[in-house]
Amino acid sequence: MTQVEALAYTADEMMAVAAARRLRDGTVCFVGIGLPSRAANLARSTHARGCVLIYESGTIGAKPEHLPLSIGDGELAETADAVVSVPEIFAYWLQGGWIDVGFLGAAQIDRCGNLNSTVIGDYERPQVRLPGAGGAPEIAAMCRETIVMLRQEPRAFVEQLDFLTTSGAGVTCVVTDLGVLEPGHDGELTLTELHPGVTTDDALEATGWDLRFAPKPREGDPPNADELEALRTLKPANGNTVS
Amino acid sequence: MAKTVSLAEAVEDLVHDGDVVALEGFTHLIPHAAGHELIRQQRRDLTLVRMTPDVVYDQLIGMGCARKLVFSWGGNPGVGSLHRLRDAVEHGWPERLELEEHSHAGMAAAYAAGAAKLPFGIVRGYEGTDLAERTRVAWITCPFTGERLAAVPSIRPDVGIVHAQQADEEGNVLLWGISGVQKEVVLASSRSIVTVEEVVSRLEPRPNAVFLPAWVVTAVSVVPGGAHPSYAHGYYNRDNAFYVRWDEISRDRDTFREWMQRQVLQQEATVA
Repeated sequence: MTQVEALAYTADEMMAVAAARRLRDGTVCFVGIGLPSRAANLARSTHARGCVLIYESGTIGAKPEHLPLSIGDGELAETADAVVSVPEIFAYWLQGGWIDVGFLGAAQIDRCGNLNSTVIGDYERPQVRLPGAGGAPEIAAMCRETIVMLRQEPRAFVEQLDFLTTSGAGVTCVVTDLGVLEPGHDGELTLTELHPGVTTDDALEATGWDLRFAPKPREGDPPNADELEALRTLKPANGNTVS
Repeated sequence: MAKTVSLAEAVEDLVHDGDVVALEGFTHLIPHAAGHELIRQQRRDLTLVRMTPDVVYDQLIGMGCARKLVFSWGGNPGVGSLHRLRDAVEHGWPERLELEEHSHAGMAAAYAAGAAKLPFGIVRGYEGTDLAERTRVAWITCPFTGERLAAVPSIRPDVGIVHAQQADEEGNVLLWGISGVQKEVVLASSRSIVTVEEVVSRLEPRPNAVFLPAWVVTAVSVVPGGAHPSYAHGYYNRDNAFYVRWDEISRDRDTFREWMQRQVLQQEATVA
């Protein structure tokens, strides 16, 4: 038996793979653009081919071959089972309770999983004006599970949010570039899984509050060759140089 | 009955300073050409309404057309910030911009209520967020179950502007693909302008298409390519490379102004 050579991968790739693994075949997913879209499409091209992707543009069951730049790229409409209006996707499908998993990003998160995507600094005189709520508050409230993806660093994992855009009450899992956090019984996020090679000290240092750990955090599996190949095959749509 | 007129005439007749104006199109069919005409005609003090203000609203705001923005997500999708929107909010350039912000679900319900000529839309939302304090929502109690729900005031713009693939000679309009809130905004508005890719002798019925009869549309203008850099399904693709480039163009005030001068102010509206 020859030793399997360790595969080289980036922290962002690990993050996409860890998030994708949480989706199962047939899971109905409401997907945001960027990291969540990358992870959901990875799941669809590996272990969860029947994963149903819904984008807020009203595309139900989109099956893009390229990673879309926006939630409304033409390829999403062309490959969807149905395209419905925006009032319909939010009222009938999301609020109607038909979605299993919501997938969100944010600029800031606190220990209860509350999210800020509105402003950094004071609301009236913001240091940085962020895009705002979008679909996030209702996605987090209405989906059976909500997975948040964001890179773990002190300016993102904060003791006090500058603005509470989305309640953390519905957040069931946070996937970062260092590991996975899940809410404990009292709702406080607890680090339950570390990616390979990441230490509890790394996670502590990257968090703006006194991070709680599970007694024995699991060590996640590194991306396997199939996952990495699938991830790298997901080419962005034309002109999309940003992921 | 819809009149078929040039875009310049439509904007001149139907959009006035101080109006509440909604340009809609959810990623798809964004009426860029109409936005550019508003800029060329130097409309001022507009309350601009749009769920997803993106490049065209960045341009309108940066050129000083807006007093207030009603929105639910303001960014360059997949790319990053809208620099002109940020500059207006963070530094008051070129002037201060008042914000009224919602969630997508809240704003979609507000448009649907506007189309139904109801005073408000209802959502199960805003609870447990700081948004409720910052925006126009109120709490109501369901008269049947006692449940507490959020009421969002309906959106009834003075002018609704959308882009579509086709119209016929009578001014009936057909659009297909991702249809966003286009039907709602036209039905909710006092006046409406629809720019179209082309006029055809007969509109072919299509599954999932949105049909806007001539009797709900005020003016139709033929503007081929009028959605670019957004797209028109079946006509041209989204110019994703331009959205990426906009980040560079819009970052600096002078570069932005120079680009607007060259690409918008010095161009004539495409007239047909």
